Amino acid sequence: MRLKKKNWLLIPMLLVLGLTVLAGCGQKSVASEDVLARDKANKTVVWGVKSDTRLFGLMDIKTNQIQGFDIDIAKELSHRIYGKDVKIDLVPVTSNTRLPLLKNGNVDALIATMTITPERQKQVDFSDVYFDAGQAILVKKGSPIKSVKDLKAGTKVIGVQGSNSVDNVKKAAPDTRVLQLADYAQAFTALKSGQGDALTTDNGILYGMSSDDPNYVVVGGTFTNEPYGIAVNKGQKPFLKAINKNLKAMRQDGTYHKIEQKWFGKIQGFHQGR
Amino acid sequence: MFEIFQNYGSQLWSGFGYTLLSSLYALIGSLVIGTLFALFEISPIKPPRVIGKIYVEIFRNIPLLVIAMIFYIVVPQYFAKIDGFTAGTIGLTIYTSAFIAETVRAGIESVDVGQMEAARSNGMTYIQAMRFIILPQAIKIVVPPLGNQFINLVKNSSVLAFLAGFDLMYQGNIIASTTFKTTDTYFAVGLLYLIITLPMSYLMRYLEKKWSTEGDEA
Repeated sequence: MRLKKKNWLLIPMLLVLGLTVLAGCGQKSVASEDVLARDKANKTVVWGVKSDTRLFGLMDIKTNQIQGFDIDIAKELSHRIYGKDVKIDLVPVTSNTRLPLLKNGNVDALIATMTITPERQKQVDFSDVYFDAGQAILVKKGSPIKSVKDLKAGTKVIGVQGSNSVDNVKKAAPDTRVLQLADYAQAFTALKSGQGDALTTDNGILYGMSSDDPNYVVVGGTFTNEPYGIAVNKGQKPFLKAINKNLKAMRQDGTYHKIEQKWFGKIQGFHQGR
Repeated sequence: MFEIFQNYGSQLWSGFGYTLLSSLYALIGSLVIGTLFALFEISPIKPPRVIGKIYVEIFRNIPLLVIAMIFYIVVPQYFAKIDGFTAGTIGLTIYTSAFIAETVRAGIESVDVGQMEAARSNGMTYIQAMRFIILPQAIKIVVPPLGNQFINLVKNSSVLAFLAGFDLMYQGNIIASTTFKTTDTYFAVGLLYLIITLPMSYLMRYLEKKWSTEGDEA
């Protein structure tokens, strides 16, 4: 998910990260241990998750717990791989910090709305797709616009500055006019006040908006393909195999569907993949 | 920076055009509305005086961005479908007019009371005295501070960027976030703003000089 972050925390974080790397010098790299065997022995598994993304991983301020689709999948996988009594640690990550945290061994795996891309595959290994994300459009309920193809000349679509979703929608609907606003909150407000006919970005974010205000619905499925995968360090083949095996089993016995329904079931227009 | 002009010249110049257009509308609008409310504020009758005071105090003391956002978000929901450019320009006009009202009021009040009294005792009505005696003198006094307001207005038009108003700043933000050449882009944007504001600055200085040497002919 391409959430633009102007994170002033980044500098202290990088500093800490740098120190961690220095401290790790000379030791056997944590990332090169067999995570599966170690976690089995320790009865602990550490997941890197999002804590700021509605529906996928969001910190509940009241209970101080991170909740979401990613979290439930992670918990289910942990129980299936390591047994019911395993201790599950959830470490909040951001799009900027997740890769270094994984590579340093701070987390065993990342389930954090991470799109599988060829560049990332050079750095880490991905599991099978666990969520078919992609760019979609959000419109007011009853709008004549039913898919991205209806964004013809004379229509206006709202996007967010600095995200490649704007380029994607220009390719998919070349005649529409794109209005770029500063962030998602402003973009959604502008859609509500009728400044544009549709809002476009990742479907995950759009579902979050739709669950916030059910008068707005995601239509037409996705027009880009951005599958989310679980990332583990390279060389963790046994762990990756265990994840894939259990992911498949979850899909077959209906657990996956149950979790999916729990988070997305009430959202109109929810539809995975193309 | 030249690279930015080469690759994104058309976007920058189109932004420049929208900025110029918005500034021009807002300049004319705010001058008319501002002068009107200045006259309200110094009116000998109470109701217009109160209206003028309320108008100025409200719009002078709210951030421009808030006023513009209200026109962008609230007005289309309940009143009229206006786009970002219109909403921003209206917001800019209203915001600036509050400052212009204060400037013009101060200018009028700085004209000696004797002028009004003399005009009235020569048989002019209040409006005639305002029109022919007071305002011509006040204009000379208010030209320098008014010039400042107009230059501020051009710069403040960058508020359109937040409303997808296609102005110079909006295009600059987009170019910066797509090319990551932030420094070059904003230098180019700054340069284009100077093309509008510098001539204004010099014109104001020229008028100020010209009218101060002509002496008091009223």
